[in-house]
Amino acid sequence: MEIRDASVMITGGSRGLGRALGNAMAREGARVTLIARHGEELDKTLFEIRAPGGEAHGIAADVGDKSAIYPIAGQSAALAGPIDILVLNASTLGPVPLRLLMDTECEDLERVLQVNLIGPFRLVKAVAGAMALRGRGLVIGISSDAAVEAYAGWGSYGISKAALDHMMRIFAKEFEGTGIQFLSIDPGEMDTRMHADAMPDADPATLSRPEDVADRICDIIRHAGDFQTGSRVLASGVGVL
Amino acid sequence: MIPAREPRTPRDAARLLVLDSEGGTFEDALMPDLPRFLRAGDLLVVNDAATLPASLRVRMPSGAGAEIRLQSQVEDSTWRAALLGAGDWRTPTELRDPPEGVAPGWVLRISESLVMEVVEVSPDSPRLITVRFNRGGEDLWTALYAYGKPVQYSYLAADLDLWSVQTVYAARPWAVEMPSAGEALSWRILLALRRKGVGLASLTHAAGLSATGDEDLDALLPLAERFEIPESTVEAIESTRASGGRVVAVGTTVVRALEGCAAQHSGNLSNGRGLTELVITKDFSPRIVDGLLTGIHEPSQSHFRLLRAFADEIALRRAWRHAAEIGYLGHEFGDACLILPCSGPL
Repeated sequence: MEIRDASVMITGGSRGLGRALGNAMAREGARVTLIARHGEELDKTLFEIRAPGGEAHGIAADVGDKSAIYPIAGQSAALAGPIDILVLNASTLGPVPLRLLMDTECEDLERVLQVNLIGPFRLVKAVAGAMALRGRGLVIGISSDAAVEAYAGWGSYGISKAALDHMMRIFAKEFEGTGIQFLSIDPGEMDTRMHADAMPDADPATLSRPEDVADRICDIIRHAGDFQTGSRVLASGVGVL
Repeated sequence: MIPAREPRTPRDAARLLVLDSEGGTFEDALMPDLPRFLRAGDLLVVNDAATLPASLRVRMPSGAGAEIRLQSQVEDSTWRAALLGAGDWRTPTELRDPPEGVAPGWVLRISESLVMEVVEVSPDSPRLITVRFNRGGEDLWTALYAYGKPVQYSYLAADLDLWSVQTVYAARPWAVEMPSAGEALSWRILLALRRKGVGLASLTHAAGLSATGDEDLDALLPLAERFEIPESTVEAIESTRASGGRVVAVGTTVVRALEGCAAQHSGNLSNGRGLTELVITKDFSPRIVDGLLTGIHEPSQSHFRLLRAFADEIALRRAWRHAAEIGYLGHEFGDACLILPCSGPL
């Protein structure tokens, strides 16, 4: 899929992988709309993208809030045109330090599912229909190793990412043949604030830089046609599941 | 016709009145039956405009309240708008006290930091004004979504939120009221049509206000509306017509975009953006659209007059009487009607 001139919406766009992806895609000529909860960080990222001449728009909103979804979809499309590529990147771990599932409060699991699963579901509902009618579009769910491996302490997050992967497969099946493609991408372990929150003792030297992962994801997007819709793709290039 | 008082759940749980525009006969069906009435090779064209929160509460310089309903974007910060008297959605607009008259230069306040200046008052109606916001681009869109609400309807049972006024294929927020004919289309129906070989295509038409409650202003509606027709839609329509398929418009906004475009290009379609002032009446001969999926509105409304371009008035009135007798629901969230030539293309 062509990145140049594409209208791209990235949730969780103010830091970590979202910020790196916004920069990378804007550098290639995409019109990028970043969604993030924190306006100040978002402004910094927008400045970073615009300074060298990139086109970026920002919307301060919480994807876990149902009433925010059509304002997000409407403003993005008004500013950057109908969305061609939707990157569902925003996610939360829930309370840190991470807790065993049996020690997780019900409300904390609900909040994680709102942000990591229900929010993406609502955004796909708001955005993907127009893609399917135009006969083209790409929806990417940013997944995790925790979606397929059961790690003690990663309960809420792992459950939400496994469900996100499956949701992408079901959307892929239902929209088969319409020209819209759904992919889950596992970015691997990255040196981000979220990783530090989850594993404060990890050696950053052993982790990928979000900028490098963003470049690999751009490569996957450029060659999205090589992947079957509904696939789970490893950004490390190890393979497709 | 009894109005539907709330959005349907699921959205396609609507009745469908199917009227053969050639034979004048009609039959009762349900929305999910739609694929049964279309053939492989037909094309359904929808308006993919999302509905923006076009209703804003403003404070006049005198301190009096009023409602502004955005009508159409002129340029970035500048919009054409209708000025309505104060009052919430529970009071029909025609029963509200009229708003204070405004003049160019007046500043209408939405919040401490968001204001609009009146730059023009239409010579056709003192309630039709052009305003310029003190914000533009990203900041204005953020403000519109923060302070605006969807246009409300007094016959509804509850406040209408932004979720309830979007079609399942909404894209850019160009419509100030929901393109309601598409409201009852679900992906279950759209994918069933696709499997049957019925083509799907979209265009974007900036649907304006349907009514304001002011007789003089309503007589001017619909005002000029902008549209954009993608190249792929022009190609799909041309290929449908060449192979004898029927072009079915979902809603009068699609009719206005396609026929308005054709009227400007000697009967042919051209891709890209345009502005149309075309008003369709019974004497209008559609050149592009063969059939129409639409809502059910009162015969006294302008919408009904438009339908007479597609079907004989006697047949329409007979079908409408039947629909009213057996309890079809009207207005924005009501039941649907499919008018098309059943025996072949026009």
